[in-house]
Amino acid sequence: MAGVLARVVTFAIDGIDPRPVWVEVDIRPGLPTFRIVGLADAAVREARERVHAAILNSGFEFPARRITANLAPAHLRKVGPGFDAAIAVALLAASGQCSADALDRWAVFGELSLSGTLRPCRGVLAAAEGARRAGVAGLVVPRERAPEAALVEEVTVAAVDDLRGVAALLDGGDAPPPPPPAPLPTGAALPLDAPDLADVRGHELPLRALEIAAAGGHNLLLEGPPGSGKTMLARRLPGLLPPLTRDEAIEVTRIHSVAGIGHRFGLATERPFRAPHHTVSPAGLVGGGRPPAPGEASLAHHGVLFLDELSEFSRPSLEALRQPIEDGDIVVVRGQQALRFPTRFMLVAATNPCPCGYAGSDRPCRCGEHELARHRRRLSGPLLDRIDLLVTVARPDAGALGRPPVTSSAAVRERVLAARDRQHARLADTRVHTNAQLDARLLRAHVRVSSAVRRALTQAYDHGGLSARGHDRVLRVARTIADLAERDQVELDDVLQALALRTRGVAEGGDAVAA
Amino acid sequence: MSACDACLRRSWLIARLAGHIELAWSARRGSASLLTLPDADLIAALGGLQRDALGDEYDRFAPTAVRRCCGAREVTALCRCDPRYPRAVTDLSDPPAVLYIRGELARFERALALERVAIVGARRATEYGLQQAQGLGRGLAAAGLTVVSGMALGVDAAAHAGALETDGLTVAVLACGPDVVYPASKRRLHARIVASGAVVAELPPGTPPRRWCFPARNRIIAALAQATVVVEAGERSGSLITAGQAADLGREVAAVPGLVTAPLAAGTNALIADGAQLVRGAHDVLELLFGAAALQLLPPGPEDRAAGLEPDLRALLDRIGSGCDTVAALADPSGAVDAVLAGLAQLELRGLVRRGPGGRYTVTA
Repeated sequence: MAGVLARVVTFAIDGIDPRPVWVEVDIRPGLPTFRIVGLADAAVREARERVHAAILNSGFEFPARRITANLAPAHLRKVGPGFDAAIAVALLAASGQCSADALDRWAVFGELSLSGTLRPCRGVLAAAEGARRAGVAGLVVPRERAPEAALVEEVTVAAVDDLRGVAALLDGGDAPPPPPPAPLPTGAALPLDAPDLADVRGHELPLRALEIAAAGGHNLLLEGPPGSGKTMLARRLPGLLPPLTRDEAIEVTRIHSVAGIGHRFGLATERPFRAPHHTVSPAGLVGGGRPPAPGEASLAHHGVLFLDELSEFSRPSLEALRQPIEDGDIVVVRGQQALRFPTRFMLVAATNPCPCGYAGSDRPCRCGEHELARHRRRLSGPLLDRIDLLVTVARPDAGALGRPPVTSSAAVRERVLAARDRQHARLADTRVHTNAQLDARLLRAHVRVSSAVRRALTQAYDHGGLSARGHDRVLRVARTIADLAERDQVELDDVLQALALRTRGVAEGGDAVAA
Repeated sequence: MSACDACLRRSWLIARLAGHIELAWSARRGSASLLTLPDADLIAALGGLQRDALGDEYDRFAPTAVRRCCGAREVTALCRCDPRYPRAVTDLSDPPAVLYIRGELARFERALALERVAIVGARRATEYGLQQAQGLGRGLAAAGLTVVSGMALGVDAAAHAGALETDGLTVAVLACGPDVVYPASKRRLHARIVASGAVVAELPPGTPPRRWCFPARNRIIAALAQATVVVEAGERSGSLITAGQAADLGREVAAVPGLVTAPLAAGTNALIADGAQLVRGAHDVLELLFGAAALQLLPPGPEDRAAGLEPDLRALLDRIGSGCDTVAALADPSGAVDAVLAGLAQLELRGLVRRGPGGRYTVTA
């Protein structure tokens, strides 16, 4: 005897990518059972209980027949509770409790509570992207997450509260009014509660370094004793960067949505700032795990990744970070899947000058030779090659606390924006946008220097322990300093400042005495 | 090989009893005079219950094994009976029976033929101390003197490194065997001194250092050098023991002064107060040894290097020298740091300042 069949489109979130999934429900006479098949994980199999209760509590009838729900394609691993609503809707349609006619126009995405309400779940923006790509006209989502889905303009979003609402919609009731579109991130006005440079007293040198870092997109290392304000300064970097463009904001929101980080108004309006603890695992840092989830590096996409106590991070974690910094994304391979997570962030690292933290400060350093050597080894890794700027953060003296602030975030951001404009104009015909991304070839093409500059660099190279890599880093930073000063030519002063702000490895005088 | 059996046996005995000496030393039981005792008394004093077994071992001692070991490790043994044994060391009441030398013997003899200055000081030295030690080592070696030190961390290593910079002769006296690298992080320095100077030790090859070995080593440093310069020493520093031994031997003692408030200058400032020569640079040491006429031997000091400096860089250098050593301290009141950064880089490029830990700049010596 033929069963009754209904089919509903929904989406599986694979990493941060949506993949269409067809939920088919077949109802036929037989011993009452309810089975879910199709490579479903534990949360999906539990959908059985939620769907059962939700249907009954919404006043519908749960057919006492042999019910099979299949999630197709069968090879795709399905994770999480986002399939609940689609399964319930397919079941209602198959049992004739709601119309099946509109099912080719609407995709359904959401988790069910036992009472039948649609609960907000992760990855709604990704699902909306999926609906656009799959050519489905509309998407039914939980009301709370509707603004997020509405970011995808080509898709009609129906915000519903519960299963009854979905049924009413499919039965031909008017679609609930689409939610107001999310406001564009407005760059000019920073939120009032955002950390501002105007709160900072003293710290003249680190402020200058932050401005240069923001202007050229340079990675930055802050070195200083505990309590000197490294974290406080790093937190103020996102506010100095150009505002998110709409595309960037959507990318950020999509990653954050998958990770379960919500935003006011549905859309990320500020650049993210992520500060993972140093015990983070490589997978936690760059993404991975089972199911693969975006790591801190991806959550910091288009924003700032802050690694406090850099020397305490495990070597595998730091090694794992190198490739995402180079490439701007990371590919996580798990079994048959290869997932790509974007990772374009600015890196700010902070470290104590030595394990006890007081080398070079007013308090005596208590570290042994071995601890110091280990500390330096940890810091000398490949990551340091990707950091253009090193700045020492000293505890400001008491006098500085009484002085007026040196600058404000708004003032610095204005200069940063102007410098970025200059870079965009200069690099218009290349694939890179900021000075930090200039490789050796682009440096030669775009950074012209006078013979005096050449001489200074040669001198530093011959006697000052400047390495070939360091040479390029100095030029990149010098280019940014010139951009901030609105100069086309890099001058001696720019290079000298860059030299004073350069990082140095162990071989470049990290040890006091050549030995 | 140029060490007699009796001396080799004496030297073997000291190494064999190193653990016993360590115990006596920790308990402060007449440790100072232990090394003056003849062999039999030494065994009797320290052997305890193992006295008889040690006596047997002593009688069965085979010098060939030691000689073979020295040969294999490129170590020359010089004993008290050898005419090439440094005469200065025999001024000690307890001169080592054998000096084990790594590095060319002829070069060691050449180093001994020159005037010798010991530079000693704190292991945990400040950037200032390291700069002074390195500058002294460089200046004295460039003037044709031999720099003697103990290859310890901090001041000692800086002094050796300074001497090596000018291809001068430098002698490291170790508290362990001449082939043992202690501290291990100075492996490269050890190799460089072996290659272009000499590494000397009282203990046979392969002997690890013990705590008593360090003051024992200091007496050899004090004896080898005509003058001992202390750079940075706390109130109860081992370097002061070296200075005391040098004074007892009738050698010159000198010290580099520091801030009255600096803990690491307490020892050196006290030495100066007690009459040690005040050292501001290599020229003061040369004057101490040879009189004012010797000063022409010196390469130009930082004062002269700074001569052609632009006025604003000169002012910056002076401010760093007087203790404004961070960018924050040097920045102008409005908070602009650009000019300071550029100036510091200029000074650094010309080798006049160095950026140390904590972003502190020091004037190089």
